[in-house]
Amino acid sequence: MKKTVFFGALTVAGLAAGVASASTLDDVKARGKLNCGVTTGLAGFAAPDANGNWDGFDVAVCRAVAAAIFGDGNAVEFTPTTGETRFTALASGEIDMLARNTTWTFSRDTDLKFDFVGVNYYDGQGFIVPKALGVSSAKELDGATVCIQTGTTTELNLADFFRSNNISYEPVPIQTNAEGQQQYLAGACDAYTTDASGLAATRATFEAPADHVLLPEIISKEPLGPLVRHGDNDWGDLVMWTMNALIAAEEYGVTSANVKELAAAPTNNPEVNRLLGTEGELGAMIGLSKDWAVNAIAVSGNYGEIFEKNIGESTPIGLARGLNAQWTNGGLLYSPPFR
Amino acid sequence: MAYSDSERDGFRLSQLIYDSRYRAITIQAVTLALVVAGIFWLIMNARNNLAALGLTPSLDFLSNPAGYDIAFYLIPYDSQMSHGRAAFVGILNTLLVASLGCVTATIVGVLVGVLRLSNNWVVSRLMAVYVEGFRNVPLVLWILLFFAVLSESTPAPRAFKPDENGVSQASMYLSDSFAFTNRGVYTPAPVWSDGSGWLVAVFILSIIGAIYYRRYARKLLFDTGRLLPMAWPALLILVVPALLAYFVLGRPVTLDYPTLGGFNFKGGLNIPNSLLALWLALTVYTGAFIAEIVRAGVLSVSNGQTEAAFALGLRPNRTMSLVVLPQAMRVIIPPLISQFLNLTKNSSLAIAVSYPDVRATLGGITLNQTGRALECMLLLGLFYLILSLAISLVMNIVNNRMKLRER
Ligand SMILES: N[C@@H](CCC(=O)N[C@@H](CS)C(=O)NCC(=O)O)C(=O)O
Repeated sequence: MKKTVFFGALTVAGLAAGVASASTLDDVKARGKLNCGVTTGLAGFAAPDANGNWDGFDVAVCRAVAAAIFGDGNAVEFTPTTGETRFTALASGEIDMLARNTTWTFSRDTDLKFDFVGVNYYDGQGFIVPKALGVSSAKELDGATVCIQTGTTTELNLADFFRSNNISYEPVPIQTNAEGQQQYLAGACDAYTTDASGLAATRATFEAPADHVLLPEIISKEPLGPLVRHGDNDWGDLVMWTMNALIAAEEYGVTSANVKELAAAPTNNPEVNRLLGTEGELGAMIGLSKDWAVNAIAVSGNYGEIFEKNIGESTPIGLARGLNAQWTNGGLLYSPPFR
Repeated sequence: MAYSDSERDGFRLSQLIYDSRYRAITIQAVTLALVVAGIFWLIMNARNNLAALGLTPSLDFLSNPAGYDIAFYLIPYDSQMSHGRAAFVGILNTLLVASLGCVTATIVGVLVGVLRLSNNWVVSRLMAVYVEGFRNVPLVLWILLFFAVLSESTPAPRAFKPDENGVSQASMYLSDSFAFTNRGVYTPAPVWSDGSGWLVAVFILSIIGAIYYRRYARKLLFDTGRLLPMAWPALLILVVPALLAYFVLGRPVTLDYPTLGGFNFKGGLNIPNSLLALWLALTVYTGAFIAEIVRAGVLSVSNGQTEAAFALGLRPNRTMSLVVLPQAMRVIIPPLISQFLNLTKNSSLAIAVSYPDVRATLGGITLNQTGRALECMLLLGLFYLILSLAISLVMNIVNNRMKLRER
């Protein structure tokens, strides 16, 4: 019995292979659809709405890439992944790109053989606790039971944080954010920890958000961004520049409302002209049509619009731009030039 | 005559196919070659594809620091220890729940299997309901159900804390020794101090003594027909010397009671709900299967044996334990082995309730943090294979002992 399993596994390993073969872009074009890995559901970042349409901050990146390729932001097949399954899904070729609150780290980039194409959210790890617990700092959590999503950087940061502060805790590893929320609300753990953006998104879905507080400590750097398999640089470039196009569009004032108009005829800003394909041949350089960026921006708008609509201060999640403002506004967002 | 000569000593290749003496061998050889070639192709293909992805299989990661914490461990562990150590912690956790489960599932199975044959209609129907209910619902549902019951019907540790009026919502049991919380059960833990070694030695000697007493009583029964009381003298031999030694040595073993400290109980022994839920579910689920095996085994012993035992004046209990069950064992043990194997492998469902077994450490967090999927899965497969073979081996030895001895 065990032997069959062994050979079965070997077969899968042997067969599930020819994947990373040809060019990912050719595969995607032939399929007519982009396969994009997202979360299993995190309000504001990626979650299916009542009609089963995926929506959110990370989802918008997938849709922009699909639109850049096909001119259609709906030509995407979303694959929900957990913290544990996401990397296998990408490495095995089940998905073409992953946009799932994933932290850019050295070993993921090198040892796991992925390429991060940039950062779409600068984040850090935080803690949430019930107000009734009377805790005001993470350093007071000595002996607490803490829920964490397994397979994440969160898990490792947590171990480091408690060890370096010489305090102890009991980890409760869980698979998905939904499970973490349920365990936390049921009191199976005293605190829940994940990326601060994720905590804000999670708290927004609580029945009584005001009964819970985010502790002031941010214990790590979590630059979250989309990633692709290492080895197909052309594909990596395409995803990277699609994201840069969204960021640059905000910088130059190109929005979903005016993009068609600006793309109709060359404007007096040459950078905008090159971005929107009214000047130069940038699209062809990444194997796409002239209006690739126009299509990408038209789906859900530029970076700023995507941020405001999904997780911004007007939404229940209510995140401020902070580090994620344009460099011109004192933030870290800075797209290299389109030239 | 040349013709028949050549037929006798000449061997023609076509005989490999047309001669029924050789055909079977030919078929087997060809099949073997195909299987070997197939396996070789799979291995090479996997290797080439891994190389194409830039991954070379290696076990070096096992000695790197794991970096993550484990909630429940039987040997000292912290996040600075290696992935290998974390895997070992998981292995021990798997062995713990599997052995606990095998013991209790057998007890439940034997009891239920025998009771299902009871003449009492209510008892036998109840047992039938238990068997059909438990074995026809997927195990993972039972695990989740037990976990939900354990964690939702019990208070959080915070509820044990007295509020400003000095009353707490929940209280401990047996003069503050046991606490049932939504995270686990806290019990007193033994603390072994100087001299406890002697105590253990005395206890082991008492066990040997009790075994000798049993042997002696048996021999006396077989030789002279005199029946010595069995239960209470054995119990005395077990308990009295150990009790005496305990006081003579100045109470070397004390109990450490759990007390509420900070967020959780501190001290004592903490049995997490995940372990309890998994253990309970494995017990009742596998117990239902074992009950059926026991019932089949008992029914396989011809009724004449029971009647003969009754005719000799044996009471029903003794008939069951001395005449029927020993014979039924021969039928029971082989399928029991596969139930033990099932239970052991099913313990990998621990992941459903976050019990850190080897599937969760080596095959979960380590796999994920290092990205060494193939290596981790092969190691995991190897571990379960070795464990299963070891269980089979032990049970086969037991089975050989139980065989009918022909006199
Ligand atoms: N950034 C960390 C953690 C990522 C993570 O697991 N985030 C959570 C909450 S912010 C999430 O997206 N959960 C959604 C899900 O359960 O699918 C990492 O990359 O390891």
